[in-house]
Amino acid sequence: MAAEGSSSIDALGQFQLHPALGRIGGSVNFTQSNLMMVVAGLLVLALLWAGMKPRAMVPGRLQAAAELGYETIMSMCTETIGPEGRKFFPLVFTLFFFILFGNLLGVFPYFFTFTSHIMVTLALTLLVFILVTGVALKEHGLHFFSYFLPKGIPVALAPLLVVIEVISYFSRIISLSVRLFANMMAGHVMLEVFGAFIIMLGGLGWLGYLPAALAFGLDTILIGFEILVASLQAYVFAILTCIYLHDAVHLH
Amino acid sequence: MKLFGWIVSPVVAGLAGGLMLPAAAMAEGMPQLDFTTPLTVSQVVWGAIIFVVLYLLLSRSALPLVASVLEERAARIAKDLNEANAAKASADAGMADADQAIAKARAEAQAAINAALNEAKQAAAVQAEAVNARLEAQLQDSEAQIARARASAMSALRQVATETAATVVTRLTGVAPDPSRLDAAVGSALAARGIG
Repeated sequence: MAAEGSSSIDALGQFQLHPALGRIGGSVNFTQSNLMMVVAGLLVLALLWAGMKPRAMVPGRLQAAAELGYETIMSMCTETIGPEGRKFFPLVFTLFFFILFGNLLGVFPYFFTFTSHIMVTLALTLLVFILVTGVALKEHGLHFFSYFLPKGIPVALAPLLVVIEVISYFSRIISLSVRLFANMMAGHVMLEVFGAFIIMLGGLGWLGYLPAALAFGLDTILIGFEILVASLQAYVFAILTCIYLHDAVHLH
Repeated sequence: MKLFGWIVSPVVAGLAGGLMLPAAAMAEGMPQLDFTTPLTVSQVVWGAIIFVVLYLLLSRSALPLVASVLEERAARIAKDLNEANAAKASADAGMADADQAIAKARAEAQAAINAALNEAKQAAAVQAEAVNARLEAQLQDSEAQIARARASAMSALRQVATETAATVVTRLTGVAPDPSRLDAAVGSALAARGIG
């Protein structure tokens, strides 16, 4: 996270991709971003496998955490989508915890935040978008296209509204992917900038000590803020997925 | 992967353009949009593989494990609740039995008391009757005695009256009266006075 040169702040260098796992990883273009994805996935699996291992009637801490995660996402699915939500529960669970652990891992120094890459969030969003559209077409057939024509509007307005509805439908791809990516990127740029301030101000001699300490305090607060954003954005992504699925299943 | 890059990069470029990101920043700055390195696209391919594997492991193994534990607990709680309800029902039945037994015992005790009371009353009545009978007998005896005494007194009176009358008649007339006429006259005189 440290700036390369002391004269200029390289806030974006941290998003650079490098091959991970040495020559083997390099030969298949396996990046540090993918390594963090594997770590995030392993952490999710470890939480559930290790947490549920005691199969206790009265759960311990880890088991309670695993069950809490399960039941939170399950209620999110069933309450937002409806009874059909159980079908989509594994996907929403995977999405939520994949993104949550990815975001949270990124807060650790020297760790890479794979959700700060638009390509990754766009891929996740396209998965959701294609699934939602597929579900809608499967559930309602061609009737699905009535989604773009709200009921009870004047016929004269129809062409305009259909265009707007279509645009709004497709803009979900942008809003969902850019929201996550931009939030994560902005947070990490801020951290980097203030981190560079600490070093640059500290290098000024005694005059810079107080401002450097201020920057350090700000960075500390930002880390806490980042943890909030990390959880919030994972939740937003999951709940929006659920809302889109609800629309797909019920058409308004 | 090359093909994927060809398809996706215009989309991303369009997105970035739509967001009005400075083109310069896009070209030199953001490593996220640096498509000169194959890593930008390859991370998505690897990411897709990792995500699919994670999804399969979660949906096939980890999540059913959680579900089974939660179901087990729900079943256990339902079973315990049922058992508790059954225990409560049997306790209620026991209470009802006890209440019934108490009521029965109370009724029996009441019946015994009533029976004893009746018996005592009967015994008292019998005793009283016996006493009454004895008193009655004594009364009758006494009355009979009185009657007898009276009868003997009356018969003595008749004799005295007859003899007195005979003597009086003999003195006055010098002739002894006919005993049968005298007896009849005495009898009628006695009858006239209510004695005899």
